Amino acid sequence: MTLDLNSAGAWLADYAAQIHENADLLTDLDRQIGDADHGSNMDRGMKAVAALDTADFDDAAAYLKKAGMTLVSTVGGASGPLYGTFFLRFAGAIGEGDTAGVGAALRAGLDGVKQRGKAETGDKTMIDALAPAVDAFEAAGDSLDTALTAAAEAAAKGRDEATPLVARKGRASYLGARSADHQDPGATSMTLLIESAARTLVGR
Amino acid sequence: MKKLINDPADVVADALRGIEAAHPDRLRVDHEQKVIYRADAPVKGKVGLISGGGSGHEPMHGGFVGPGMLDAACCGEVFTSPVPDQMMAATKEVDGGAGVLHIVKNYTGDVMNFEMAAEMAAEDAGVRVESIVTDDDVAVQDSLYTAGRRGVGVTVLLEKLVGAAAEEGRDLDAVLEIAKRVNGNGRSMGMALTSCTVPAAGKPTFELGEDEMEVGIGIHGEPGREKRPLAPAREIAAQLVEPILSDFDFTGAPAIVMMNGMGGTPLIELYLMYGEVTKILEAQGISVARCLVGNYITSLEMAGCSVTMLRADDELLKLWDAPVNTPGLRWGC
Repeated sequence: MTLDLNSAGAWLADYAAQIHENADLLTDLDRQIGDADHGSNMDRGMKAVAALDTADFDDAAAYLKKAGMTLVSTVGGASGPLYGTFFLRFAGAIGEGDTAGVGAALRAGLDGVKQRGKAETGDKTMIDALAPAVDAFEAAGDSLDTALTAAAEAAAKGRDEATPLVARKGRASYLGARSADHQDPGATSMTLLIESAARTLVGR
Repeated sequence: MKKLINDPADVVADALRGIEAAHPDRLRVDHEQKVIYRADAPVKGKVGLISGGGSGHEPMHGGFVGPGMLDAACCGEVFTSPVPDQMMAATKEVDGGAGVLHIVKNYTGDVMNFEMAAEMAAEDAGVRVESIVTDDDVAVQDSLYTAGRRGVGVTVLLEKLVGAAAEEGRDLDAVLEIAKRVNGNGRSMGMALTSCTVPAAGKPTFELGEDEMEVGIGIHGEPGREKRPLAPAREIAAQLVEPILSDFDFTGAPAIVMMNGMGGTPLIELYLMYGEVTKILEAQGISVARCLVGNYITSLEMAGCSVTMLRADDELLKLWDAPVNTPGLRWGC
């Protein structure tokens, strides 16, 4: 299978539903170590993305680019530029939407998020879910299905491994040692994104 | 949650309608982009000054739009930075041909969104944009391993001083120099007696016992560095002023001091606290040349206060005394 316009639309529709369902959880996680707005912000942005009609776009790249711009324009906070940059870079590298294309897109998305947020693995951010997901995708080999399944598992593992860490970037870093032992909201929403990809794209 | 609101999702939009209704002679509001403009923007030949950030800090920044201060304020959702589209719209609108300065508080979201707006403005061409990122909060350890010090109270003083410099007709480089000097010479420290409740979250951001206070807070209801036992005002004043004085030398120059309320503390307590602060400063031989006491950079209904100190000089005092005509700050006119 490939990531084409239809499957990209299904992916983001599923993610919007996941974000809506988990908005209170995300805001609650953010209340503990941030400023209590991650769920409501992402929900506002993904509602706007879900309102896009895939029929208005020529291909997955054009659609995903618009999704990125929509997030930049509606979310605000740190998540807006970070998720927006992720999708803009992802769209730019997707190529044919085959396994190699999706792998390159994920890697480009990760690089974009690192660059925009000036964060690295271990800073207790969304990168702690995204980076292991990209590594697992690349290690998993030829099939998009296996690669995405491995990526989703790695994202969830990365999210959980970030929980005991002390935050070094973002709002949570102001808490210093008190940020340890709290699940990171950004790593949580990023895990939902990769899990959504695995759920909607695998087996299509 | 008990608040005077309609729907949590409409708080900012509804408040903007009220701000416009209250100040039709001085301000106009772009409701689509959620930007507050001074009525006569763009001012030809004047450097345009834009600030903005999450809402919930009123009067900052919308209340500081007007002659002698900002040309526009971009209003984000509650405690959420605005988006690049808003800053782009505001940048184009207030450019009077002399370029635009973005005044940004050091929070990850604000910095990233303003950065994207500046990149987009550069690609779009035409307007020269410079930025100043304020980072005056001594509660945050400034190191490679944090997001750096938060921008808090100094932002208010900076908007006034830089606003006066721009109003005088100084060019963008000169205005930027004043901005850097003010940020470099200013320090702040805050504390909270209660949390606040973000409307979209519906419950308090953190819990504090009757006998506890949170010291080293920012302006978003985020907890501070540590909880401490509640103490008499004179001890709290010392806990706020001492970290400021040990971080920067305020002796031998006039100081501008702001005793700021976080939104839920009455003026009687702020004046009481200001009295305690001046007592400490006098004992250290620091002379206060100008002051502000009141709610200027708030955190919704949070009870608490912050102290901001700026090491001034004759030029900064002159800029401070220049006329300003905004809903939140008005003198000399």
